[in-house]
Amino acid sequence: MERHITLPLTEELARTLHAGDTVYLTGTVYTSRDAGHKRMCEALSRGEELPFDPKDATIYYVGPSPAKPGQVIGSAGPTTSGRMDAYAPTMMSVGARGMIGKGARLPEVVKAMKQYSGVYFGAIGGAGALLSKCIKEAELIAYEDLGAEALRRLYVEEMPLVVIIDCEGNDLYESGRAAYLRQRGESN
Amino acid sequence: MTVREIQAGTITNVVERLCIRANEYLPEDMKSAIRDCRACEDWPIARDVLDKIVENYEIAEAQEVPICQDTGMACVFLEIGQDVHIAGGGLREAVDEGVRRGYDKGYLRKSVVKDPVRRGNTGDNTPAMLYTEIVPGEQIKVTVAPKGFGSENMSVIRMFKPSAGLEGIKDFILETVETAGPNPCPPMVVGVGIGGTFDKAALLAKKALLRPLDSQNPDPFYAELEKEMLERINRLGIGPQGFGGRTTALGLNIETLPTHIAGMPCAINISCHVTRHMTEVI
Repeated sequence: MERHITLPLTEELARTLHAGDTVYLTGTVYTSRDAGHKRMCEALSRGEELPFDPKDATIYYVGPSPAKPGQVIGSAGPTTSGRMDAYAPTMMSVGARGMIGKGARLPEVVKAMKQYSGVYFGAIGGAGALLSKCIKEAELIAYEDLGAEALRRLYVEEMPLVVIIDCEGNDLYESGRAAYLRQRGESN
Repeated sequence: MTVREIQAGTITNVVERLCIRANEYLPEDMKSAIRDCRACEDWPIARDVLDKIVENYEIAEAQEVPICQDTGMACVFLEIGQDVHIAGGGLREAVDEGVRRGYDKGYLRKSVVKDPVRRGNTGDNTPAMLYTEIVPGEQIKVTVAPKGFGSENMSVIRMFKPSAGLEGIKDFILETVETAGPNPCPPMVVGVGIGGTFDKAALLAKKALLRPLDSQNPDPFYAELEKEMLERINRLGIGPQGFGGRTTALGLNIETLPTHIAGMPCAINISCHVTRHMTEVI
């Protein structure tokens, strides 16, 4: 199913998304990777606030390349999400609901997604030049010393994504492959 | 006998240029493999992903921006003619300066940390992963291959007993691709190094990624193995981005070396649909 959705990712909206849906996403997302997640989780454990309001927020796992003069941002495709698995349940526990990345997630993350109605979107890994075209605004908001790993607020328009894992725990990596193999078996 | 003098500064300039261009222009054999796979792909979501992958490298080329934001560690291979004298500076410094300038001027991402455990970005993407080989002649062949770590992290080396035989190698290749699954940005390129020592097997696997996808191993035994394993990988169903489909790998190259009577090292270096490298001869 093809969907055009606008953030924030409320629980109500999250519940309408299903693994395998093609989604064109518009709205504000926050960027963070390994080092940024580590700092955010350390801040939370000290009882401090995050650099952005996590309620219904969507986090894009990306470390963009530097913007050339005249560009909003450099190339900006997703990084491997599994490295954020250690932090994702904590982020969801404070309200962050959407995750954009690529690659498999651990069962603990899927469990947290079911508990907090989280959604895991896949962007095409390696398509950094294409995906940067959807990013209309970019602003550095924290952890500037981390360079490419600093926290940024992005405004994206019609960003092409696929729902990989929905809030019921359905996983496109399993179902998509199984459906393909089943169809191939039938066509042989 | 004459010795040809090459200035270190010339090497710096070439490395700088190759760092930038390799990140913006996908090699022709890669583009052609992606287009061929798109033509053979019959699974809708897989076709859609491959179309976007084509669109992506076209945008990168036309607008001179990095194909992927992970502009990698700069793997630099130098084949230095034995009749060359490098003057005006150290070779290591010359190469690192080329990487430093290329990653700065090309607006490439600086992805290198100065210590593997304590981390801390070096800020200029140095040091290069530098390999030098002395060859006959009076030229220097420079290859820059920026390597991203989404795929590098899925690479594996194993020291087999010789009794594991060919079947052991085949199972290992399939198991490695299966475990990698959606993580290394499939469709992937698989570099296999068999033989040598522990370290040489890994280097062979990396060098296998530099060989054009439309070439084959000169030994018919390994050429056949390359073909068979690519076909078997593309029956796994992982597909582009792991969403299902035929196109799990664009190519598989095998490189070998003689090895010890007691061993059969095998390394598998996984790469992605942005397998980049560019060469210039000085």
